[in-house]
Amino acid sequence: MSAAEPEAVAGPSERLPVRRPALGGRLLGNEIRLLMRRRRNQLILVALAAIPVIIGVAVKATTNSGSSADGLIGSITNNGIFVSFTALVVVIPIFLPMAVSVVVGETIAGEAGAGTLRYLLAVPVGRTRLLVIKFLAVAFWCLLIATTVAVAGLVIGFALFPAGDVTLLSGTQTTLLGGLGRLLLVVGYAGLMMLALATAGLFISTLTEVPLAAMAASLGVAIAMQVLVAVPQLHALRPWLISNYFLDFGDVLRDPLLFGGLTHGALAAVAYIAIFFSLAWARFTSKDITS
Amino acid sequence: MTLSVPTSGARSAAPVPTDPLVIETAGLTKRFRGGQIAVNRIDLAVPKGAVYGFLGPNGSGKTTTIRMLLGLVFATEGTISMLGRKIPAEAGRALPWVGSLVEGPAFHPYLSGRVNLARLDAADLTASRRNSSVRVDRALERVGLSAAAGKRYRNYSLGMRQRLGIAAALLQPRKLLILDEPTNGLDPQGTREVRHLVGELSRDGITVFVSSHLLSEVEQVCTHVGVMRTGSLVWQGSMADLGSQQKVRVVVETADSAAAKGVLADLGLADIAEESGVASAVLGSRPPEQVVAALVAGGVRVRGFAVAKPNLEDIFVQLTGEGFDVSG
Ligand SMILES: Nc1ncnc2c1ncn2[C@@H]1O[C@H](COP(=O)(O)OP(=O)(O)O)[C@@H](O)[C@H]1O
Ligand SMILES: [Mg+2]
Repeated sequence: MSAAEPEAVAGPSERLPVRRPALGGRLLGNEIRLLMRRRRNQLILVALAAIPVIIGVAVKATTNSGSSADGLIGSITNNGIFVSFTALVVVIPIFLPMAVSVVVGETIAGEAGAGTLRYLLAVPVGRTRLLVIKFLAVAFWCLLIATTVAVAGLVIGFALFPAGDVTLLSGTQTTLLGGLGRLLLVVGYAGLMMLALATAGLFISTLTEVPLAAMAASLGVAIAMQVLVAVPQLHALRPWLISNYFLDFGDVLRDPLLFGGLTHGALAAVAYIAIFFSLAWARFTSKDITS
Repeated sequence: MTLSVPTSGARSAAPVPTDPLVIETAGLTKRFRGGQIAVNRIDLAVPKGAVYGFLGPNGSGKTTTIRMLLGLVFATEGTISMLGRKIPAEAGRALPWVGSLVEGPAFHPYLSGRVNLARLDAADLTASRRNSSVRVDRALERVGLSAAAGKRYRNYSLGMRQRLGIAAALLQPRKLLILDEPTNGLDPQGTREVRHLVGELSRDGITVFVSSHLLSEVEQVCTHVGVMRTGSLVWQGSMADLGSQQKVRVVVETADSAAAKGVLADLGLADIAEESGVASAVLGSRPPEQVVAALVAGGVRVRGFAVAKPNLEDIFVQLTGEGFDVSG
């Protein structure tokens, strides 16, 4: 860099030489690398990958040829791809929200707790930019955990069960490629749902300097929403709870492929993201950093 | 040979040139939620090239002031200009030129020193990806951490952590270094090293703003000092100003202290004190040999005569109304 000019006067009347800003993708790359290096996060991925394996093995062990269950589990014996769909249905309500809470609680609160936040901001990173980078890293994580479950499901599914044309829940058939396309849709949908939850967690993370508290609070919110959805008396509340939309991808497994449910859920998620990101931004950009 | 010197007429039209200020605050105030006032209407003036010692006992508001300078804490009232930029509005333009250490170093414990620095380097929009490892290695070398660069931060000793913090502050060419108690927790050797580094950086033309609750640790390197007391800046100026404020005293040891007192009074010296065996007074502009001659002529049996400068510690006790925390 040609910026070293120690004798240049930095007086009020003079302009400082400008250091040309770059695009700024380096910190995001660094952030994601940090995320992936954490032993704890690696363990979370392994644990999530184990779930479809358990499902696949259990179905293989309990179904003798001839007797067949119905629904998703029944479909597994016809095509391994259904291990992925089943595993996603299993992990979305609780396991994925747990994986999200652990990582999102750490975002801002973790840096604050370690004291590294003050040094990042003094670099300067810019508060808005740091928040966006944390959000993008979390979005990456949300997609990654859903993808991990789906890929592990495919591997074990195709190892234990037939591949080939996929018989959908509506009884019609589609090609394996078509089936994988539908799986991709579900993974994207699950990732988006988790990101909605994660954005609420990001906001919580700006409220405290204790990462463990932020994790617990994020997970608490996720579980509380599940409980509220399950209480029949609180029916009126459901449209406002993001967890109400978590599993609204059933249409993906039917013919013709209808997007109504998906779109509805996706809009709810986008609204969640917009609201909670705004709250996080308002909080983080006006907060005194005293940690 | 002709010299192009501005005419005296042109000179007198221009205002007296003063040093440009690197840090200038006006009425800077911070009241934390809960109503406690941590910093109370302070007007800092840190000239370019200075080593400014920001002194004050624990809890006097030094760290809070520094956090406001860095845009971490928002002022309740008052303004800050740093390197000619308004803070916090234009912090993004000033901070790339400012290296800082605030309330001790802080890094990710499970990452190595090098990876930690690389992360801060990656965070800097004005730093090119291409030279990142060169910058990181140079900074590590400057503080003598090259050998330990690959070790995890959690395994660093206190001194190594402090040095890594300083390395982070030196990742880029700086115009201003803000160091909050950089010698805290260091052994005498580490303290000396920090002092040496500050002197070196200052010679490179970098302005240094260094806080401490230990006067003795910074007085040797400072060109300017500001003294904080319970949130207020009670004194600020150059060490030279401070020197001129010092009142040199003559101290006469004698059995005839009452007579000595009389002679000192006849000489017109101020602030005369007398106790058994000792008489003293502020010397003022009078040469000390005149005082000796007058004492002898006055029949005072002089046993000892000294011209004493009070040390800085005494002056600061006067300024702050309390001593500095000597326990460290
Ligand atoms: N986050 C905070 N909330 C409330 N009071 C604070 C906070 N941080 C510091 N203070 C108070 O402000 C005063 C100045 O603190 P500080 O700036 O840390 O002093 P110093 O660095 O000189 O030791 C102290 O009385 C301290 O208790
Ligand atoms: Mg302090």
